[in-house]
Amino acid sequence: MEYTLFILLLPLTSFILLGLFGIKLSHKISGLIGTGSLLIMAQLSYVAAFSYFTTQRIDAVFQTVIPINVLWLKMGTNLHIDMGILLDPISVMMLVVISTVSLMVHIYSLGYMKGEKGFQRYYAFLSLFTFSMMGLVLSTNIFQMYIFWELVGVSSYLLIGFYYTKPSAVAAAKKAFIVTRFADMFFLIGILVLSYFTQTFDFGTLTSGDSSIFQQAISAQFLGTSALVWAMALIFIGGTGKSAMFPLHIWLPDAMEGPTPVSALIHAATMVVAGVYLVARLFPVYVLFTPEVLQGVAYVGAFTSMFAALIAMVQTDIKRVLAFSTISQIGFMMVALGVSKLEGHHGLGYMASMFHLYTHAMFKALLFLGAGSVIHAVHSNEMENMGGLRKHMPVTHLTFLIACLAIAGIPPFSGFFSKDEILSATYHFSTGMGIWMTVVAALTAFYMFRLYFSIFWGKEKQHAHTPHESPKSMTFPLVFLAIPTILGGLIPFGQFVTANRAPYAIHMNWMVAGVSVVVAVVAIFIASRLYQYPNKRTATVPTALRGFHKAASHRFYMDEVYLFITKKILFNGVSRVFAWFDRHVVDGFINGIASVTDWFSVRIRGFQSGEIQWYAWVFLFGTLLITALILFV
Amino acid sequence: MNFLSLFVLLPLLMILALFVVRSRKQILGVMVTGSSLLVLLSAYLAYHYIAVRNSGNTDSMLFTASLSWFKPLNIQYAVGVDGVSVVMLCLSSVIVFTGTFVSWKIAPLTKEFFLWYCLLATGVYGFFITLDLFTLFLFYETALIPMYLLIGVWGSGPKAYSAMKLTLMLMGSSMILLVGILGIYFGSGATSMHISELVHHPMAAEQQYFFFTLTFFGFGVLGALFPFHTWSPDGHASAPTAVSMLHAGVLMKLGGYGCFRIAIQLMPMAAERLSPIFLLLTGIGVVYGAFAAIRQTDLKYINAYSSVSHCNLVLFAILMLTQTSMTGAVLQMLSHGLITALFFALIGMIYGRTHTRLITEMGGLMKIMPFLGVSFVIAGFSNIGVPGLSGFVAEMTIFVGSFENGDLFRRVLTIAAVTSIVVGAVYILRSIGRFLQGPLQNEGHGKLDDAHWYERLAVVTLIAGILYIGSFPTGVAEIISDSFGSLLQVAK
Repeated sequence: MEYTLFILLLPLTSFILLGLFGIKLSHKISGLIGTGSLLIMAQLSYVAAFSYFTTQRIDAVFQTVIPINVLWLKMGTNLHIDMGILLDPISVMMLVVISTVSLMVHIYSLGYMKGEKGFQRYYAFLSLFTFSMMGLVLSTNIFQMYIFWELVGVSSYLLIGFYYTKPSAVAAAKKAFIVTRFADMFFLIGILVLSYFTQTFDFGTLTSGDSSIFQQAISAQFLGTSALVWAMALIFIGGTGKSAMFPLHIWLPDAMEGPTPVSALIHAATMVVAGVYLVARLFPVYVLFTPEVLQGVAYVGAFTSMFAALIAMVQTDIKRVLAFSTISQIGFMMVALGVSKLEGHHGLGYMASMFHLYTHAMFKALLFLGAGSVIHAVHSNEMENMGGLRKHMPVTHLTFLIACLAIAGIPPFSGFFSKDEILSATYHFSTGMGIWMTVVAALTAFYMFRLYFSIFWGKEKQHAHTPHESPKSMTFPLVFLAIPTILGGLIPFGQFVTANRAPYAIHMNWMVAGVSVVVAVVAIFIASRLYQYPNKRTATVPTALRGFHKAASHRFYMDEVYLFITKKILFNGVSRVFAWFDRHVVDGFINGIASVTDWFSVRIRGFQSGEIQWYAWVFLFGTLLITALILFV
Repeated sequence: MNFLSLFVLLPLLMILALFVVRSRKQILGVMVTGSSLLVLLSAYLAYHYIAVRNSGNTDSMLFTASLSWFKPLNIQYAVGVDGVSVVMLCLSSVIVFTGTFVSWKIAPLTKEFFLWYCLLATGVYGFFITLDLFTLFLFYETALIPMYLLIGVWGSGPKAYSAMKLTLMLMGSSMILLVGILGIYFGSGATSMHISELVHHPMAAEQQYFFFTLTFFGFGVLGALFPFHTWSPDGHASAPTAVSMLHAGVLMKLGGYGCFRIAIQLMPMAAERLSPIFLLLTGIGVVYGAFAAIRQTDLKYINAYSSVSHCNLVLFAILMLTQTSMTGAVLQMLSHGLITALFFALIGMIYGRTHTRLITEMGGLMKIMPFLGVSFVIAGFSNIGVPGLSGFVAEMTIFVGSFENGDLFRRVLTIAAVTSIVVGAVYILRSIGRFLQGPLQNEGHGKLDDAHWYERLAVVTLIAGILYIGSFPTGVAEIISDSFGSLLQVAK
């Protein structure tokens, strides 16, 4: 399957072409280059996925295929970074997800970014992102993954800061990069620790389940915990940065400063699930050797999903609602991984997590693109400027509704199936966790329908010109993505992607499914009572919830905490002190030497006056003194 | 005649030619021809070196030759190269070449500027090809002295102060270095100062401790060893662009190069024993330099402190004493040389247009000068270790190599050094966000032009080097790493 190399080369070529010559090309040509290369890449991905899932199964177990692997950089006797392509169920699934969403975003952007200054640059960055993301999921070793992990971060930085003359976009881009970089630092340290003890970066060796390679890492202790636990925990922290888990989630809402299609691609469907993918990739290590870290993954995911869902309930910027919703949904995926085991039905969580990753990518991309369509029409991100848009934008309205039903977990839409399996897995883990996640699911249904009703129902607002449906290039992706959103749940996912790679039949847990549907419907009903038609109740919500409402609107003051740490402590406390110390103490010492030398030279300068009488006197007294010394001592 | 001597002869010939020519055009003609020939020569050397190595030659030094020029002390003009010298020579040629184009409009006293510039180059090239301790020291001094005039005459700001400070601090350290070198020679009881001979005459441990400290310190100051780095920010800020490039790009690497070639290779026992002290200093330097850079508002100071951080990382990696970390150190010298030269070149070009280097007085320049802006972003990305650019390869090799040491002390220091990748991101993105992005701050900047052809040539050359090392590091890393294999073996 060597042709998969072109999945990487096509977007890279497109990036280089547009990056170097984009400025000389017309918008049309550059859009064509970007979208065209993506179209071919997507076809290749589909072909690869089809042929992988149909042919690479031996004794009902999917095999890992490595069509290409070349040495990139040698580091010592055993360690070396390779560049290669690894195909296994999850990477192939990601190929389909990334290329589908990326292609839709490329097409959508033809309309959305039309006439925008820097159109070529935009497509160049999109290509760079697609290349990096593909490289990330196809990595054969953890260091290659880290390399593309960083590149993904850079493309995200470039795209968030696309409107670089806007200070808020510049600040958001910077924040996103630095926060994720901070997490990446832990990731890197984790890799260092892991590779030192195992002497390999290779995923194949690491995830083989063979305990002998971890022997040293398990026996080496640091602060009462084994080095392997440290390494895996540090690597997970790297994952929480990209996947915006609490408390490193703060960059994601700000990242909404980027163009909306970018938010759909990077900050909803693909890049932000990189952390989930990372845990899934190293799942055998987590589950077999460091189950305590895996539990941590579950708790971090559970807390984050609740935390973000609470904030999403009160946000007024539609993109921020979606951003917090994304954080919350990634929390679901993390929880599912965290509660999973390896074999058979105990591996349900793993399968559910990947399933949800897939369905979420489709419906969340659809939601974002729909939101972009709305923003395109009313030129605002704020809910208060919207309302009653269903009449003006029928396609956007219908597809948005489908996606909302999917995320709320209403059958038969895709989200219902994946979420239901996650809930089953959490109930299996513990009832408390199950109830907790069911509450989050209810909140999800509520805030999504609050969003939906506020945009498309409610009171119609006055606009400068009447909102109208977006062009075909924008509505086509909406319709296209609606298809997997409606039908995606019917895919027998357990046949393809499982923790131990052997197929397994999914059984509906009717009890869990029933409860989750009922709570979702109740939540939607409440949302409709509050927001569907203009009424007095809407205004009473903030006052009824008072303290909570205020705290949630301020995102529980996490940004303030960060500002305090970075501005007050690091910038003014550390950096300023260092700079002062350098100028006044270190350099002062050097200047001090110079001053002392200077001072002495002024004092002793008089000795060489050039006056012969003075020299004669000194000579005479000197002779007398020496004579005296010789005589009397 | 050994073709390595051409590296010294060519700059000397350029000096002679500069004496003869008159017009500005001719001066530039001499410089462009000479520096292009140097680039070709380095390329030939690299090609030839790889060919000889591939044919199975495993001598530690290739293309050796020697000639005694001071019998009483048996001082020789001895040359020879290994992989490390080859890459450093290539780096020097690229920087000398690009520095020429960056100084295209230098005035007044154009001829004199290039005269000193070539002399500086002579010293640098001589240093990298020489294997005799005394001759090496001679070239070292040859490279230092022109700095004083280049900064003092063509510099800006408090140039007299900066030039004096830089020269005195470096002279002071080289005095200590000289004591160290003479100590090695007399202490070892060898019959010549040839490094290959000295390696086989190791000194007693107590003597090693003493002279290692002197030698490492002597070279270390030039490599911005914390806390003796303060000449660097002032010196760089005042120096004219090409001199900053050459100084930060190549001259500071003389320090790192000398540290392993002499201090560590000749006194391995002391290196083993004393490295913790110096590791602590350099480790502090890495983090400290990065934090100090955050507070700066002058672009040159930002880059100078960033250089302090990165150059300390070079020394840090050398002291980790593993083959991988030392390979990383040389990669970092190479990478930092290119990056910092690119930075200084760009800062010089931007300053030449806006007449300010304060990021608080600029804003939104990306729109006005997209070429320079994009290049600055690339330099910045490389500086903070974005994959595909050279900084990443170097830093990662260093981190992995340093982690090969099993003891907790070195582990903790390595992890401390890793934090610099985050702090680095802060100061780079802060300055990019401040002066390139955002709305146009100064109306007067709206009409400024983008880079000229000669500036573009310099910038593109440097970026090509950064991209090459960052994307295809296999070959370069291998050349360097092989040399260390034999070096560490000899030391043991």
